[in-house]
Amino acid sequence: MSVTIEVPNRPRTRKQANWEKYGWLFMRVSGPLLIVLIFTHLVVNLVLGDGIKAIDFAFVAGKWADPFWQVWDLAMLWLALIHGTNGMRTIVNDYAGQVKVRRALTTTLWAVCALLILLGTLVIFTFDPCPAGASAELLASFCPAQ
Amino acid sequence: MAIKPAGTLYRGKVGMWSWVLHRISGVGIFFFLLVHVLDTALVRVSPEAYNIVIESYKTPVVGLAELGLVGAILFHGLNGLRVIAIDFWSKGTKYQSAMFWVVITVTVVAVAGFTPMHLARVFGH
Repeated sequence: MSVTIEVPNRPRTRKQANWEKYGWLFMRVSGPLLIVLIFTHLVVNLVLGDGIKAIDFAFVAGKWADPFWQVWDLAMLWLALIHGTNGMRTIVNDYAGQVKVRRALTTTLWAVCALLILLGTLVIFTFDPCPAGASAELLASFCPAQ
Repeated sequence: MAIKPAGTLYRGKVGMWSWVLHRISGVGIFFFLLVHVLDTALVRVSPEAYNIVIESYKTPVVGLAELGLVGAILFHGLNGLRVIAIDFWSKGTKYQSAMFWVVITVTVVAVAGFTPMHLARVFGH
């Protein structure tokens, strides 16, 4: 059985930016970066020290009191959400047969992506590691309330 | 005599199944990511709110699921490197099958190393 590929009725023009190509490239550029970001995230949070047992508010406060981890987690947030959403878009394009369904799903995906990027970015930059009025035993050792 | 096709990169055998696994692991990680951004955002609500929710990550059921999550992330990341090698390395297609087994081996070994350590923390007190 041979596969017949339809002759395109219109050759590709170079008038518009090739967004599919940029998407394809983004996956391959963000991928290796995410490996470094996420594998380190897993080692620091789940392997070193007491791993998952040690994770609480004070642990997060200890990390985000340091601009290094703020930037690290910010990069992870943006890259992972865009990489994941673009991957989901690819899957939707493969399986959603109807144009309306496809549009509704991809619009929802990008809306959720934008919302979570906004939320996460605000959380990282407006985070107070030593919130006033919080009970001292829940706070990190460097807080004045301690 | 009919020639039995050996399968192409994305049709049949390892090439196809790695593609299937890449999709499934990707979708799983995506939905975890949505939840994980939301649960982390609770640090902005109050220390109590965050601690209550993060405690659920230390329960036996979720603790076991985390092994699957770590495995999915390792597989997806390493197989992604394999995909990049197939796309950009001249010998990528020749070694795609061997690279798949390297990905599987590294994933299994890393998860096997992580499992006793993690479960001791989840099931210990």
